[in-house]
Amino acid sequence: MCGIAGIFNRYGKPIQGTEIIKMLNAMYNRYDGRGAGFAAYGIYPEYKEYYALHIYVENEESKESVEEYLKGCVDIIKDDKIPTRNVKEIPKKYITWKYFVKPPENIKNEEDYMIDVVMYINDYIDGAFVASSGKNMGVFKAVGYPWHVAKLFKIESYKAYCWLGHGRFPTNTPGWWGGAHPFNILNWSVVHNGEISSYGTNKRYVEMYGYKCRLLTDTEVVAYLFDLLYRKHKLPLELVCKILAPPFWKHIDKMPENERELYSALRVVYGAAMLNGPFAIIVSNGEFMVGLNDRIKLRPLVAARDEEHTYIASEEAAIKEIVSNPDYVYAPIAGEPVIAKLEKEVLVELLGVKK
Amino acid sequence: MIVPEYKILVDKELCINCRRCVFECSFGAHVYDEKKKKIVRLHEKCVGCFRCVATCPTKAIEIIRNPMLFDRHHTWKARYIRDIKIQANSGSVILTATGTDYDYPSIFDRLLIDACQVTNPPIDPLREPMETRVYIGRKPDVIDVDFNGEKVKLKTKIGPYIVAETPIMIAHMSYGALSLEAHKALAMAAKECGTYMGTGEGGLHKSLYPYADHIIVQVASGRFGVTEEYLKVGAAIEIKIGQGAKPGIGGHLPGSKVTKEISETRMIPEGTDALSPAPHHDIYSIEDLARLIAALKEATRYKKPVFVKIAAVHNVAAIAVGIANAGADAIVIDGLRGGTGATPQIMRDHVGIPIEFAIASVDRRLRQEKIRNQVSIIASGGIRCAADVVKAIALGADAVYIGTAALIALGCTVCKRCYTGKCAWGIATQDPRLRKRLNPEEGARRVANLIKAWTHEIKEVMGALGINSIESLRGNRDRLRAVGLTDAELRVLGVKVAGD
Repeated sequence: MCGIAGIFNRYGKPIQGTEIIKMLNAMYNRYDGRGAGFAAYGIYPEYKEYYALHIYVENEESKESVEEYLKGCVDIIKDDKIPTRNVKEIPKKYITWKYFVKPPENIKNEEDYMIDVVMYINDYIDGAFVASSGKNMGVFKAVGYPWHVAKLFKIESYKAYCWLGHGRFPTNTPGWWGGAHPFNILNWSVVHNGEISSYGTNKRYVEMYGYKCRLLTDTEVVAYLFDLLYRKHKLPLELVCKILAPPFWKHIDKMPENERELYSALRVVYGAAMLNGPFAIIVSNGEFMVGLNDRIKLRPLVAARDEEHTYIASEEAAIKEIVSNPDYVYAPIAGEPVIAKLEKEVLVELLGVKK
Repeated sequence: MIVPEYKILVDKELCINCRRCVFECSFGAHVYDEKKKKIVRLHEKCVGCFRCVATCPTKAIEIIRNPMLFDRHHTWKARYIRDIKIQANSGSVILTATGTDYDYPSIFDRLLIDACQVTNPPIDPLREPMETRVYIGRKPDVIDVDFNGEKVKLKTKIGPYIVAETPIMIAHMSYGALSLEAHKALAMAAKECGTYMGTGEGGLHKSLYPYADHIIVQVASGRFGVTEEYLKVGAAIEIKIGQGAKPGIGGHLPGSKVTKEISETRMIPEGTDALSPAPHHDIYSIEDLARLIAALKEATRYKKPVFVKIAAVHNVAAIAVGIANAGADAIVIDGLRGGTGATPQIMRDHVGIPIEFAIASVDRRLRQEKIRNQVSIIASGGIRCAADVVKAIALGADAVYIGTAALIALGCTVCKRCYTGKCAWGIATQDPRLRKRLNPEEGARRVANLIKAWTHEIKEVMGALGINSIESLRGNRDRLRAVGLTDAELRVLGVKVAGD
């Protein structure tokens, strides 16, 4: 069991960190204190064109190795510590540092290049891991209850137009800082409640495309799948969701011909990308936030909407905690994604996306 | 003296001298002595097929393994002594049938399947959908779509592929090795189960054309029965390079089995030996294979997937990559335990590698080459039960072929005498008297029952694994654990030891 929550302002307006903390706190009995975390989008507007690397290191030595490596492959525009305060419930295990970096000009694909940089640090630098690597965003996570992790990272002081939050009750992998959610790669962040029974299949599928699953959690594979299917294969978000949680054959067989052809093709080609097993996930890349359930809905997921916001959480209580009277509250059916997208003009302003 | 393998025991009190056993035994082990007016049992002729046991009206007969075949010497086991005596008599290669009966350790038996507890609910296959449909054929890596914000249009053309409702397909066994009745039973069962049967290398009898949409037609080195019509009528085409029971050698159907109907189907003169050369004489290299694949695709207007079947040999992974790059849509790997109707014993028992290792290394190499998506893997050779199917798929196969198991469902008792043409159960024979013993409808029902039963069992296991679609099991080695395997074996399999 875990608890997940997300808030998204479709007009890109900032939301105070206290809101996501309240949402997670409302689901207090879903955690066991072995991991929690937050992803915040829109928190580094002054450095929005640079990759913001949140890197957690065990000691100064690891930090030096990281910096030595980074200097060899990217321009460090600025670096600083990620502000923290002492929380007695969370033993200080890592030095948390942020680097705003710019990849070299002449490389073929900036994003692939940055993924390699992240993978290298996770793979080869002892005592260091990259918590997040997107632009104008960051991930804050640790071993502890959500309220303690929020206190540790001063989450209440940040303003973000998209927040993802997670509290953990781990059952399959050890509780360590890197294993806490959100899991991130580039702009992708994922919070996940459940267990991915198809992990072995999914992992070996993404590994074929150069991703390396190293953080001892089945959630990272979800982020890689989104990156592969949405960014590299350029599939529309709605179809990506239908690949991860596809309709059953008995439904596909009854679809009109065009649709049947499309959905069959998705399953035939992307069968190894299907996520099987119980899951509720909330994923964001800054452009959108999407909530998705497994195709027989073995984990809870509730969504709500008001004029500007979309809310998604494991329990309705979390939403009611911060918005007393939303326009529309519903439990999405199995495999049906909840999608909130930034309005187009905001997209350009916030992320510089041309459209 | 050659010690007989079996002893025929008859309960004198029960036997009524009806001579049914004499009629049923096609190997001449029960003989009626006209002078003495009694039935004589010739133990040395008995092959242990149990036909007499099953048909004796008073259940008076029992067949036992001859106790004299005990191992009196650890090195000179009875089987070696027996074989030496036989060869000292004949000066010949020893022929046998089915898959190897050497006690090589079964890797399937060293693998254990996972199940969900608490954190991940098992799924009840009787109440929830459980999908076992598989697609065999070439798939692109990426789908291209037109998306205008609302409507999605598929631009990529997928296929050709075949769709099976279960990952269990029926292996290639030829008409000629098998009776027409057996061939028909298998074809009917395949259609009934929404799966496929292979023709083997003997062509397809015209009477089976109604089932052809569930038949994979084989092109082997003898090219028997290969016509344009034959290629077009099947659901897919399979080029047979080799088979697990006899890697690296050809085949030989004795002229005595080449009846009129077989001669017509195979397109060879009646009564002549049907010889399949060891290599295809137009395939001496991978480039040649690529040309045959292209020719077959051209001949069928690119509408049929082309499979290539090889025996699991030491370098199987690299060969599989070559086959995929040569344009094959699926690779069939036939393991050490693969069966046959006739093979030199030495080939059956000593050549090749176990299918479990072959699946694991082929799947891994295809992934390393980033072409796993483009080609399907069909595993065969010694698949004995539904658990073997699950394990084969978890190791990386898309589907499996079953041969011997399907024949056992038809009535085969694994007596290993298919090559004699005297099969008392009407399966591996062309003798009209024996063929009548196999009713195709009844046989089809039994084979279909077997496939359905195994598919149910696969669904049970998938449910326990918390997986409701077979593609989430494919290559999911994380859900297997091993007992009693060495580190090196675990590395090849990509499986962790139990407890880890």
